[in-house]
Amino acid sequence: MISSSAAARLVRRISLKRGSGAACLSSCGISTTTSSRVPSVEEAGTAQSGDSNDWNQHRLTEDQQSFQTLASDFARNELIPFAAEWDEKKHFPVDVLRSAANLGFGGIFCGHDVGGSGLTRADGAIIFEALAYGDIGTTAYLTIHNMCCSIIDRFGTEEQRQTWLPGLTCMDRLSSYCLTEPSSGSDAASLRTTARRDPGSTDYILTGEKAFVSGGGSSDVYLVMARTGADGPKGISCFIVEKDMPGVSFGRQEDKMGWRNQPTSAVILEDVRVPEQNRIGAEGQGFNIALTGLDGGRINIGTCSVGGAQFCLDTAKEYVSTRKQFGKPILHFQHTQFKLADMMTSVVASRLMVANAAAALDAKTPWATPSAAMAKRFATETCFNVCSEALQLHGGYGYLKDYPIERYVRDLRVHMILEGTNEVMRLVISRHMTKKL
Amino acid sequence: MKVLVAVKRVIDYAVKIRVKADKTGVEMNNVKMSMNPFCEIALEEALRFREAGKASEVVVVSMGGPQCVETLRTGLAMGADRAIHVSTEIPLYPLAVAKLLRAVAANEQPQILLLGKQAIDDDANQTGQMVAGLLKWPQATFASKVYFGDKNDVTVEREVDGGLETLRLQLPAVITTDLRLNEPRYATLPNIMKAKKKTISKLTPEELKVEIKPDFKILEVVDPPKRKGGVMVGSVDELVDKLKNEAHVI
Repeated sequence: MISSSAAARLVRRISLKRGSGAACLSSCGISTTTSSRVPSVEEAGTAQSGDSNDWNQHRLTEDQQSFQTLASDFARNELIPFAAEWDEKKHFPVDVLRSAANLGFGGIFCGHDVGGSGLTRADGAIIFEALAYGDIGTTAYLTIHNMCCSIIDRFGTEEQRQTWLPGLTCMDRLSSYCLTEPSSGSDAASLRTTARRDPGSTDYILTGEKAFVSGGGSSDVYLVMARTGADGPKGISCFIVEKDMPGVSFGRQEDKMGWRNQPTSAVILEDVRVPEQNRIGAEGQGFNIALTGLDGGRINIGTCSVGGAQFCLDTAKEYVSTRKQFGKPILHFQHTQFKLADMMTSVVASRLMVANAAAALDAKTPWATPSAAMAKRFATETCFNVCSEALQLHGGYGYLKDYPIERYVRDLRVHMILEGTNEVMRLVISRHMTKKL
Repeated sequence: MKVLVAVKRVIDYAVKIRVKADKTGVEMNNVKMSMNPFCEIALEEALRFREAGKASEVVVVSMGGPQCVETLRTGLAMGADRAIHVSTEIPLYPLAVAKLLRAVAANEQPQILLLGKQAIDDDANQTGQMVAGLLKWPQATFASKVYFGDKNDVTVEREVDGGLETLRLQLPAVITTDLRLNEPRYATLPNIMKAKKKTISKLTPEELKVEIKPDFKILEVVDPPKRKGGVMVGSVDELVDKLKNEAHVI
């Protein structure tokens, strides 16, 4: 007869649509072979132990603490046990995303009237960090979907909001953001996808190719930035393109270093007829819309980095307290302790940068954009390094897929690149610092 | 029909329990606390009764210090209609909880009192049974299925050591929940926000006219003995001897 707390652990491992406990164990990367010298993942204890403390509670309101508990529980039960398998099999867990949407995570910042949760950016950062702790790839997609919903919520007409958002906030339909093209990444304003008016109608005809679209091929709704006017940012407009519109096709699925449970592909548009009512905002407003969306997106990506780094830090801390060399746990060496101290400091600093940007955005300050850029630049770089250090602390075991660390390292690497490279972030920050000069 | 659900705040099931150096108890400082998993199952069942149209109101109750309010808020966020906090700093043990629950039940007049079968901190498995005895209500413990009858009764399948036992109880009754009864829902973001508008009323043992004093004194809390290596035995006689004289299990 198993003890009641072991029984409680068991019931949590068996979530609604999943298989048996044994399947869960192997899929979360826990090796079931034991050796007398090697601390198994179970012995070392992963960060699921509930002992994790991010020394951040004092900054949370009561509601935010409830949000965090909800997101942490969801991550613990629905993400952590399956993340390794999803990564290995490149499986996009749409059903889990829908479960998350049922809890209100599909349209966190959107209005209640369209199925959103009406929360602040600060609330969102707390929620996404807790989810990212469990799995980066799934959470990152969720943040991108939320960014697309927020764009429609903020810049769409009332009719557009009511047409598109109810289906998106519950994640009945998934969405993607299409700005980058094969020949325009950092130089986003030089994009070449065109949207020309069809003479004799109010429709637009879209032609071009978007690259590296997260959710490409799986999403139903694509926010496409296309050129309606002259060269440069002021000639760009924003359109909603649906997956099954004639002329829409997708490139092959990219084979990526990380974010492997998220589909990524090119989106190819060949004379796609898009009605005028699918244009979000005015002609020429598209670039501004795209960048406004990215302010929130950058905060979210930074937040995902923080969540991942906290997981790696907690896991490393557990590992070094059980791994023995030279007669004692390696935690007992001062160098290890100093490493942990530096890692913790880095994670807290990153979290605060993100929280600051979220607060600046919530308060609609003029410095929200550079704040988001600073947070993204700082958190993604710093937290990637924390994960890399955590891998080093695991020694050879850190390099094995049996342990979750290497996946977080692979997943976090791209955060320094997408949603604006960290180099572009420096451009944004310095421009805002010097724009009156 | 009103359903009353008693819930307990315990150390989160995933926390590694550490015994305090002075052996007076386990480390509770800075440790994650949650609603007892079996209590969550009880609350989930009550919410399903309401959704099936069998119950009209689900009330959660918890006893203890001010932190109980967190647990009650979780209950409200899951969907309970209102909450009762019986506020006391005196350490509570099953009999005291049962007496307090009797008093709350006398006020609230629920048709069903639901509890988790046991708490994961003390594993007592007593409160439900005791309160049923005090109320003189029928009880069905370790419920793995509950059906409503049409004569103001419920049928409960219980998991017992020998298998499954089915009981039919006249309401009002006490039911304690076992693991396989249901899978509790998550709170949702909108429900967390809505929970703020729901009432948490506060009562004291004095107001309930229940006198409580701790009926236990904890002498010592120690870690279980470290697992020793196994030993190969040469014969059945040797095995029996070791079981009798070393392990003291026969």
